Amino acid sequence: MIYREVGDFKTTYRADGQTFPIRFDRIRYYVVLAIAFGVVPFLINDYWLNAILLPFLIYSIAAIGLNILTGYCGQVSLGTGGFMAVGAYSCYKLMTGFPDLNIFFCVMLSGLITALVGILFGLPSLRIKGFYLAVATLAAQFFLVWMFNKVSWFYNYSASGQINAPERTILGQPITGAETSAPVTYLFCLSILVLLAIIARNLTRGHLGRSWMAIRDMDIAAEIIGVNPLKAKLTAFGISSFYIGIAGALLFSVYLGAVEVGEVFGIQKSFLVLFMVIIGGLGSIFGSFAGAAFMVLLPVLLKNVLVGTLGWPTDIATHMEFVIVGALIIVFLILEPHGLAQLWRIIKEKLRLWPFPH
Amino acid sequence: MPAEFWYGVEVMLNGLMAGVMYSLVALGFVLIFKASGIFNYAQGVMALFAAQTLVGIQTGLVPFSHLINAMLGTKIHHFGWNVPTFLAILLTIGVMVLFAIIVEKLVLKHLVNQEPIILFMATIGLAYFLEGFGDLMWGSEIKKLDIGIPQGGNVWVEESTAFLGGEDFYGFYLDTLDIYATVIAIALVASLVLFSQYTKTGRALRAVADDHQAALSVGISLRTIWVIVWSIAGFVALVAGVMWGAKSGVQFSLSLIALKALPVLMLGGFTSIPGAIIGGLIIGVGEKMFEFLIGAPFLGGATENWFAYMLALVFLIFRPQGLFGEKIIERV
Repeated sequence: MIYREVGDFKTTYRADGQTFPIRFDRIRYYVVLAIAFGVVPFLINDYWLNAILLPFLIYSIAAIGLNILTGYCGQVSLGTGGFMAVGAYSCYKLMTGFPDLNIFFCVMLSGLITALVGILFGLPSLRIKGFYLAVATLAAQFFLVWMFNKVSWFYNYSASGQINAPERTILGQPITGAETSAPVTYLFCLSILVLLAIIARNLTRGHLGRSWMAIRDMDIAAEIIGVNPLKAKLTAFGISSFYIGIAGALLFSVYLGAVEVGEVFGIQKSFLVLFMVIIGGLGSIFGSFAGAAFMVLLPVLLKNVLVGTLGWPTDIATHMEFVIVGALIIVFLILEPHGLAQLWRIIKEKLRLWPFPH
Repeated sequence: MPAEFWYGVEVMLNGLMAGVMYSLVALGFVLIFKASGIFNYAQGVMALFAAQTLVGIQTGLVPFSHLINAMLGTKIHHFGWNVPTFLAILLTIGVMVLFAIIVEKLVLKHLVNQEPIILFMATIGLAYFLEGFGDLMWGSEIKKLDIGIPQGGNVWVEESTAFLGGEDFYGFYLDTLDIYATVIAIALVASLVLFSQYTKTGRALRAVADDHQAALSVGISLRTIWVIVWSIAGFVALVAGVMWGAKSGVQFSLSLIALKALPVLMLGGFTSIPGAIIGGLIIGVGEKMFEFLIGAPFLGGATENWFAYMLALVFLIFRPQGLFGEKIIERV
C-alpha cells in the first residue's frame, strides 16, 4: 500500500534511470537528508558527536569502501586497518607539508594515495583467490603498520612516534585541532559521506558495478562473457581503498586528532569494518550504514548499561562486552546471514502487501 | 669457520624451533579446515583459553570470581588448593572437549551449508566471545604457567658445541623449553598422523575431509566427526598454549599466535598436514634469518611482524594453492 512500484509511471528514460526509481524510496531519501542536514546540527552536543555520530559517519565511509571490494567484487580483504593508516598518514603529511592546502583537498588526495597503494596490494588478487587472498591482504596490514612505525619520515621525526593534526579551517570554521565545534565537524564529515555514498550507489548500478558483481558471482564465467578481470578487480581495489583512505584520514584528522598507528589501525580495525559489512549486509550500500550504526552503537549501549546502570568495574564490563559482541555476531549470522539489509528487504516486501496480506 | 657463521647457524636453529611452534598452531587450523571447511580464526584464542584454564585449575582459582565479586560484593579468589599438573591437564582437556561439543551444538549445527566467509566470520565472533569469556572466568592479568619444564639456556648444548667456533664463540644458545617444545611437537604430529592413518575414527576423519556427501552416505556422522575434530584442535591448542604460555606468560598476546600461523598455512596449503609442518619450518627459519641478515642491520628491526606474510604472498603468486595444497580446479 505504502511501498509500491505500481502507479508510478515513468515517461522519460531519465526518470526511469534515476537513483531511486520508487517514489517511497525517493521521499525517504530526501527526508533523511533533510533531517541529517537541517535538524541534527542544531541538536547535537560534543558527547553525541564524539561518542556516536562522528564514528558512525566515518566508519560508514570505510564500510562502503570495504563493501565495494568484498560485497560487490567478492574479494575478502583484511587489510582495511592498514589502508586506513595510509589515508591518515598521507593526510598528515599533506597537512604539514602544504599548510595552505584546504583540508577538504587534503582528505581527497589522501584517498587517492591510498587508492594507489590499494591497487598495488590488489595485484596479487589476479592470481590468488578466496581465503588465500584474505590472508594475503594481511601482508598489507602488517607491513603498512610496521612501516609507519619504523620510518620516522612519516611522522615528521617526532619523538613520540605519534601524529597530531594541526588546526585547519574551512570558511573560517576550524575543522581539525582543538577548537572545533560540534555542528561544523559533523557537517563536514556528513557532506563527504553523502557525496561518496551517492557516487558508490551509482557506480554499483553502472557498468563497473555490474562487472564487479559478475566477477564476484563467478570469475571464470565472467571472464568468458567478456568482463576484464584485471580491470574489474583493480578498480574495485582502487575505489575501495579510496573510500577507506578517506575514512582513515577523517578518523585521524577530524575525530581523533592524534594517532599512534599500532593502536588505532591494528588488525582489530580491519575486523571491525569487516563485521560492519557482514552484519549490515554484503553488497548493499544501505547495509554499510546499518552495519556501521550497529557496531558503533552496541559498545556504547553496553557500556552505559553495564558500567552506568549496573555499576560494574570497567575492566569486567569490557570483558563482558567482548562476550556479548561475539555472541551477538554468531547469533546474527545464524539468524540472518545476509545482514540487516536483508531484514530491510523483507520489511519492504511486507510493506508492499500491507495492510492486505494474502 | 668464523664466529659470524656459527651465529648464523644458531639463528637458523632457533628459527627451526620457532617454526615447530608455528606448525603446532597451524596444525589446529588444518585439522578443522580439512574436516569441516571452516577457517577457524578462534584457534589462537582457544590456545589462550586452554592455557588460562590450565593455570586456573592448577592454582585453584575460583571461576568467574571477579564477576561474582563485582555483582555480590564478596571477596573470593582461591579455593585454597593446588591441583597436580597431570590432573589439571586432564581436566583442561575435558574443558576443551566440552567446548567443542558446545560449539558444535550452538554454532556449527546452525551454519551448515553457509558460505565460507560467513563461517569464517562466525569463528571471529567465537574468538571475541572466548576471549571475553576466558578473561571473565579467570581474570585478565598475566599469569605464570609452570608445568615443570626447565627454562633458560641449555648449558649442555652450549658447552658441547663451543669447540665449533673460534675464541669469541661460546656455543649455541638454545632455550631448554624450545627443545622440549620441539620434541613434544614432533611427538604430537607423529601421533596425529598415526591416529588418522591407523584408527577407525581417523579413517572417518579422512573420509569427511575428502568428501562430505560421500562420507555421509556411507554412514559417517558428520556431527560426531566435527566434535572430535574440534576436540583434537582444542587439544593441539592446549599444547601450543602451554608451550607459548610457559615461554612468555599466559596473556592476551598469546592469542596472536593465530596470526603467526596464517602465513604458514598459506605457504603449506590449507589442506595439508605435512604442508603445515614444512611451511612452519620455512617461515620460522626465513623470518629469523631475514631479521638477522637484513632486518636488524638495515631496516630497523621488528621485521618478523610482516616478513612471513610477504614471503607467503610472493610465494603464492607463483603457486596459488600453496606448497602442498590440492590443485585448484575451476569449472564454469
